Amino acid sequence: MTSPLQQKIKITGPSVVTANRTWDGVVIYRDAHKGWTTDLAQAAIVRTADDARALLAESTADDVGAIGPYIAPVAVNDNGTVEPGNLREQIRRKGVTIDLPASA
Amino acid sequence: MYAYDEIDRTLINERVSEFRDQVKRRLAGELTEDEFKMLRLMNGVYLQLHAYMFRVAIPYGTLSSPQLRKMAHVARRYDRGYGHFTTRQNIQFNWIKLADLPDALEDLASVGIHAMQTSGNCTRNVTTDQWAGVAPGEVEDPRIWAELLRQYSTMHPEFSFLPRKFKIAITASAHDRAAIKVHDIGLRIHKNEAGETGFEVLVGGGLGRTPFIGKVIKPFVHGRDILSYVEAILRVYNQYGRRDNIYKARIKILVHELGIEKFAAEVEDEWLATRDSALTLDNEVVEDIRSRFTYPHYQKLSDTPDELTAASADPHFARWLKNSVAPHQRTGYAIVTLSLKPVGGPPGDATAEQMDAVADLADKYSFGEIRVGHEQNLALPNVARRDLPALWRQLDKLGLATPNVNLVTDIIACPGLDYCSLANTRSIPIAQELTRRFANNDLAELIGRLHINISGCINACGHHHVGHIGILGVEKNGEEFFQITIGGRADEHAVVGTLIGPAVPFAEVADVIEDIVEAYLALRARPDELFVQTVERLGVEPFKERVYATR
Ligand code: HEM
Ligand code: SF4
Repeated sequence: MTSPLQQKIKITGPSVVTANRTWDGVVIYRDAHKGWTTDLAQAAIVRTADDARALLAESTADDVGAIGPYIAPVAVNDNGTVEPGNLREQIRRKGVTIDLPASA
Repeated sequence: MYAYDEIDRTLINERVSEFRDQVKRRLAGELTEDEFKMLRLMNGVYLQLHAYMFRVAIPYGTLSSPQLRKMAHVARRYDRGYGHFTTRQNIQFNWIKLADLPDALEDLASVGIHAMQTSGNCTRNVTTDQWAGVAPGEVEDPRIWAELLRQYSTMHPEFSFLPRKFKIAITASAHDRAAIKVHDIGLRIHKNEAGETGFEVLVGGGLGRTPFIGKVIKPFVHGRDILSYVEAILRVYNQYGRRDNIYKARIKILVHELGIEKFAAEVEDEWLATRDSALTLDNEVVEDIRSRFTYPHYQKLSDTPDELTAASADPHFARWLKNSVAPHQRTGYAIVTLSLKPVGGPPGDATAEQMDAVADLADKYSFGEIRVGHEQNLALPNVARRDLPALWRQLDKLGLATPNVNLVTDIIACPGLDYCSLANTRSIPIAQELTRRFANNDLAELIGRLHINISGCINACGHHHVGHIGILGVEKNGEEFFQITIGGRADEHAVVGTLIGPAVPFAEVADVIEDIVEAYLALRARPDELFVQTVERLGVEPFKERVYATR
């Protein structure tokens, strides 16, 4: 795998690093304290390509805790709340858009 | 049913303990994800959007009731209480934790079920007709041969790292329910003039980014030579397949680039050199496998028992009988399809309760046997016709008697963006909306046989290319759009559908499909001219006009 330090990274707006947690696969976000959180509100937000690259590099280094870290767009609302930046990330955060098959 | 022997049981159990160790090392940080990924994929473990996904093989679509109960148990204990039956005779669990997977595999192994070769660049689970062994007019039970191929290909050292995945499907009926023409190798069992069993061999079919219908490479390969012939194909593919480009790595591209004649000649050379080898199947070997399949002790029963005649007065039962019950090889018996396509439900999903209940019904009414078909429905293959009314009442309570088999709401759909990390768009909500639009059974019956297939990206897991109506999700500026094709078929007349025009947005898909169906109803020459036949006769133009005139 190409190291994130060598990858070309472009971001078009505020972004986070997200991945899945290794032991159970749950969606996680990199926080500002070199850890992971399941809460998007706690995620570290980067606004420049350099910061994104650094956050991704630090995240990728934690191969035990997380699988497949990547940079994902977010939208920061006027009141400071953070929303996923696209449908895929909304679904990852909130779960499927359908009712799960109900147990009878 | 097939009884695994000691070799298989040992193999499966060894695999479970190996995987347990691998997971432990992964969680302890002794294996990196790069190292572990291939190991998990070899056991059917993918990563999707929200969680790991676990794909389990249902060899040739046959399950015993204890096996189905074990699936229910896995769904309940390790997942969220349901499973998803796929188009390749597999079941997928969507929410499983890596840490729980060794236990889940061990539980499944106790009933001879595993996840080997449900992923990776190897020969995948060999699929066949879900009515194998019970379909009237079948040449012989194709599962014997599917099992031979399974044993041959399981952990085959030479073919564990093919250029790309490899899928084989077999049918022994004139009507192809196994979609053999869209597989890497398709096998159609038939007899030669001497009455010997052999195979018409097709190669190079497949969907995905570049769809191809399989081409006949050899019209008759004797049963005794089928393994060596398949091996010759695999060898040629292994040698020349495009490892440099993942989009060109499937055998269909090689067959297309070389041309079928040249490819066939290469295979023939290889085959003639290796044909008379250890792979030659003596009659004894075939008979030994055959003897491991047990068949029910059928009784002598009537095709028109009083129970059936009496119950047919109920129009709901009569409709289901007409739609979901098919003739059986044996007088007095029937094959019953259990629709996993309820109105508003995700196609192919079954809850743990439903699985348990179906296992019980199979014990009571179908000699303990359940089948899984590529249309993402289940079947009970051995139901006495006199039991049909009682069975129907119970299926109806379970939500498994929707009388829509092969109709417009019997939709095949991939998981799409609700689950899949490769998706462009969602597929399930489109399917759900369509089942609501066409929920009226009279309307669905009036429309007749119409297969809608939906894929959330070009990988085509929902077989959209060969749907009578195909719906493919594409992304446009971050929005979900859908390309619509019509006129595709997956059966013995397989053909790739034709695009009708520009992609339409999510919110309009159901309207567009309604327009297409209305156009068909107005255009068909006779009530029994199927949708695909009308498209074949008239081309896509009239449908295109109807859809885009006002858009
Ligand atoms: C995690 C979920 C899934 C992933 C990542 C996945 C991935 C893929 C990919 C990458 C291909 C294309 C391979 C190629 O053309 O070489 C493919 C093909 C296919 N998938 Fe899936 N798939 C998933 C789920 C499913 C499901 C749920 C089904 C059944 C409903 C399915 C059935 C198929 C079939 C039948 C094909 C073959 C199409 C062809 O002939 O090319 N897959 N899948
Ligand atoms: S067709 Fe695409 S979206 Fe659908 S399951 Fe396959 S890979 Fe995922």
